[in-house]
Amino acid sequence: MSGHLPVDKTFKLFIGGAFPRSESGHTFQVRTDDGRLLANAAKASRKDLREAVRAARSAQAGWAGRTAYNRGQVLYRVAEMLDARSDEFTALLRDSGLSDESARAEVEQAVDRWVWYAGWADKVDQVLGTVNPVAGPFFNFTFPEPTGVVVQAVPDHPPLLGLTSRLAPAVVTGNTSVVLAGEAAALVAMSLAEVLATSDVPGGVVNILTGDRVGLLPWALGHLDVNAVDLSGAPDDLSDEAFADAAENVKRLVHGDATAASPSVIAQFLEMKTVWHPIGR
Amino acid sequence: MADQTPDFDLDYAPAPESTAVVHLADEYGLFIGGEFVAPRSGRTFDTINPATEERLATVSEGNADDVDLAVASAREAFEEHWRDTPGTVRARYLYRIARQLQERSREFAVLETMDGGKPIRESRDVDLPLVAAHFFHHAGWADKLEYAFPNRNVAPHGVVGQIVPWNFPMLMAAWKLAPALACGNTVVLKPAETTPLTALLMAEVLQDVGLPPGVVNIVTGAGDTGAALVEHPDVDKLAFTGSTGVGKQIQRSAAVRRLPLTLELGGKAANVVFEDAAIDQAIEGVINGIFFNQGHVCCAGSRLLVQESIAEGLIERLKERMTRLRVGDPLDKNTDVGAINSAEQLARITALVESGVEEGAVLHQAPCDLPGRGFWFAPSVFTGVQQSQRIAREEIFGPVLAVQTFRTPDEAVEKANNSPYGLSAGIWTEKGSKILWMAERLRAGVVWANTFNKFDATSPFGGYKESGFGREGGLQGLGAYVRDVEALEVGGGSL
Amino acid sequence: MKAPTYAPVPTTSVDEVVLEARAAELGSRSIKTSSKRAALHLAIRCIDLTTLEGADTPGKVASLCRKAVRPDATNPAIPHVAAVCVYPEMVAHAAAAVTGTGVAVASVAGAFPSGLSDLDVRTDDIRSAVAEGADEIDIVLNRSAFLSGDLATVHDEVAASKDACGDAHLKVILEAGELGGYEPVRRASMLAMAAGADFIKTSTGKIPKAATPAMALCMAEAIREHAHQTGRAVGFKVAGGIRTAKQAWHYLVLMGETLGTDWLTPDLFRLGASSLLNDILLQLGKLDSGRYGGPDYVTVD
Repeated sequence: MSGHLPVDKTFKLFIGGAFPRSESGHTFQVRTDDGRLLANAAKASRKDLREAVRAARSAQAGWAGRTAYNRGQVLYRVAEMLDARSDEFTALLRDSGLSDESARAEVEQAVDRWVWYAGWADKVDQVLGTVNPVAGPFFNFTFPEPTGVVVQAVPDHPPLLGLTSRLAPAVVTGNTSVVLAGEAAALVAMSLAEVLATSDVPGGVVNILTGDRVGLLPWALGHLDVNAVDLSGAPDDLSDEAFADAAENVKRLVHGDATAASPSVIAQFLEMKTVWHPIGR
Repeated sequence: MADQTPDFDLDYAPAPESTAVVHLADEYGLFIGGEFVAPRSGRTFDTINPATEERLATVSEGNADDVDLAVASAREAFEEHWRDTPGTVRARYLYRIARQLQERSREFAVLETMDGGKPIRESRDVDLPLVAAHFFHHAGWADKLEYAFPNRNVAPHGVVGQIVPWNFPMLMAAWKLAPALACGNTVVLKPAETTPLTALLMAEVLQDVGLPPGVVNIVTGAGDTGAALVEHPDVDKLAFTGSTGVGKQIQRSAAVRRLPLTLELGGKAANVVFEDAAIDQAIEGVINGIFFNQGHVCCAGSRLLVQESIAEGLIERLKERMTRLRVGDPLDKNTDVGAINSAEQLARITALVESGVEEGAVLHQAPCDLPGRGFWFAPSVFTGVQQSQRIAREEIFGPVLAVQTFRTPDEAVEKANNSPYGLSAGIWTEKGSKILWMAERLRAGVVWANTFNKFDATSPFGGYKESGFGREGGLQGLGAYVRDVEALEVGGGSL
Repeated sequence: MKAPTYAPVPTTSVDEVVLEARAAELGSRSIKTSSKRAALHLAIRCIDLTTLEGADTPGKVASLCRKAVRPDATNPAIPHVAAVCVYPEMVAHAAAAVTGTGVAVASVAGAFPSGLSDLDVRTDDIRSAVAEGADEIDIVLNRSAFLSGDLATVHDEVAASKDACGDAHLKVILEAGELGGYEPVRRASMLAMAAGADFIKTSTGKIPKAATPAMALCMAEAIREHAHQTGRAVGFKVAGGIRTAKQAWHYLVLMGETLGTDWLTPDLFRLGASSLLNDILLQLGKLDSGRYGGPDYVTVD
């Protein structure tokens, strides 16, 4: 009989840079396909969602106020930290049913994707912004700004790459995010939370809730202090009422592919501001 | 008992940065094909610390054979693997280089100061952070070039020859290498004669990050080495930063061969101060504009154009502010103005300043104790300046400001533009519309309003007229390092 | 003496970015070790040792005054501070405790810290504090009038306060953190000086926004402009959030490089602080012993 019994990790929520349990006390079980128990994960409640949105809002002005260079450096650090833990993430993906080869490939792709988006931080303005030749003696320029707080129901598959492909483009420009991770990808999402917590990402910039998305999404869609909701990983059977609620504060509703990577994804989470100034003595 | 401590009179300590962090070899070869090799020329020369005149190391002087070897090495690296290396992989190398430079920045900053004479506060707080940022920024382009050149089918040039100056050795090297590598070119770099050491230290970094041999080659030497690189028939593109005189020679050579070329040459920038400027800050800006890096800056604000209504008071304030400048040991953290880079440069500055006095301008110099050994020049300002005097027209490239007045914005524009140069300009006014009006009319590639000497990896830098052509930094700077594939295939086309 | 009359003048503009960069640059100066001791002694001599709490008692004030006179009872070479700064109710106690020591008594007066009461009530407060023994009076600028654009009132109230001071010197607190930017701070500085302030002061220390080097630089530049125009040297006091010797050095360097060493004297420069004194004593201790000290090694008075 082997001597060392592992100390199993408890998976909680990630809010405001800390790891609290759900205020509801509820958990759900994550098992392998053949029924082996992997861990209990926290089942986020609407109150957890409320706290997460508050944390995201508090952090947003500061995150958007940093230089683009600084945000790029932070995302690059996320890539470094993730790369350093690739064995751990590969194991997690294998537990979720992937072959060793697919698991490893997905981790590499996710690291590459964090690097890719890190490099976009100080280039978005040049590619999406413009100086506009208006018909008058005015200097006129248009530049993008982050929309604010986004709630993101991220795709379950592929677990790590799908989450990365939606989260990185949202936060790189200064948005803050509340990620709603489905039960299948819960452990991967919470492990990524640990990577974020050690990568100089300010508390509240990314918050991650695991559990019942069907229950949580309508609350997110109705929340008046949420600027955008990313429905890429949302279940198909959301009610019409939930969507109607989103119109109350004219939320931006976006969808995207689980694995696409493009500056257009970044643009989904941006507003455009145009400024005029006269030219004269 | 009374307090018997002597009065505090702003006595700043020598606060010297330790040089222990730098480990210099006695002698350096050329960096070709991923290793240091002895020069085929068999010739070497010494590099000194201009603040002390002490020898720092011996470096190799590459001749035409050495340049040939370097170009061949770059060509082989390009053809064998670099041209087909995916952008994501090129990006990785550039990120690694950026990280290494970030982590070793103190070492590089100290060496930059020792070899070139600039204050440690500048090399530490300005040069090295910009160097790392430049590599980070371009690492981020390497894997997304299709977005930098939308709707264009582009490819790297191939082997690029790059010659950099002595005033910002590492920063100029970064401005050249980063975009070249990001776009898939291989490089032969020729550092300036008086400042080879940080480039050679960077070669170590290139080895440490595993950059494939031959992708970057560094050939040290002087004017002849540069000429050999410029004339080499197997170079696909040239980039030069340095004096306008040499730039013109290079252009003659490159034009004959239809070689893609970017030039970043001299300047004689006007720093324009209006009566409605934030005066205290304008004075800081004028001081920084000409005394930063001892005035060894192509974009230095070497001409002050001050609105006549405030001229007298401003000039007095300027002189007073100059008394606070500390000239001395560049390694001292309190030093504001360091050593002049070489005996030759000091002679040039001295001659031009003498011409100013001879031609009738009035010289004022800040009182300062200049050290005995080393090359030094006291911060100086000329009043009574006429547009036709040499000090008003020629680039001095030293801590010497020429002051002229103007009455109206139109006159300011006219005087600012009245120069064969056109690199940069400064505008000091609190009126936004006037900033934009002036910026529209100033014939300069970089216009700074209510600031000066600001650089960023995302901000394109380069000149109009005889200050050169092409831009470095930003989206516009990237374009110099690719060519359109379509155009070549169509053979020039009918457009 | 005829009271000055208010005359509107355009305020010199201030660029925030360049100002803040220059203020930060001044903080990077390194002071020679042999000069550090002189700098620290000067800093002590310029301190207005302050207690402005609702819970102040005669006992607390007496204790503060003893520390003001003898910052380190074991070391008589340590100079006394410039002044103690207290509420009007405590002035008599302070005056009794420091009489004959060279330490001045400064009193806040005039509805400190808001300044929002009738002018007569405020000037009476000043007169009574002076009568109780205050050598120096610290008043607040009327920000309500300033921010609503009534600059004449702001000016005239300062002039009236100066008159009420009699022989006491007047410091005008701008509460720079409330004014909304460096240009208003410059305007308020020029206004207060034109109206007769002997000192201009950054903050009350009672609002979260404390003094910053950039605020100090802005005010020092105003003092320089006023000295140029009138030949009169007005003093500068920085207060609010000054806790460490390092901060004190930063302000000394800033003053010296902007106004010249003439201003480096308690007659023209003050540091309003309470815990700063102990940090300076700790630094002096390190200069002497070479070791870093701790809170157990300085007294809480």
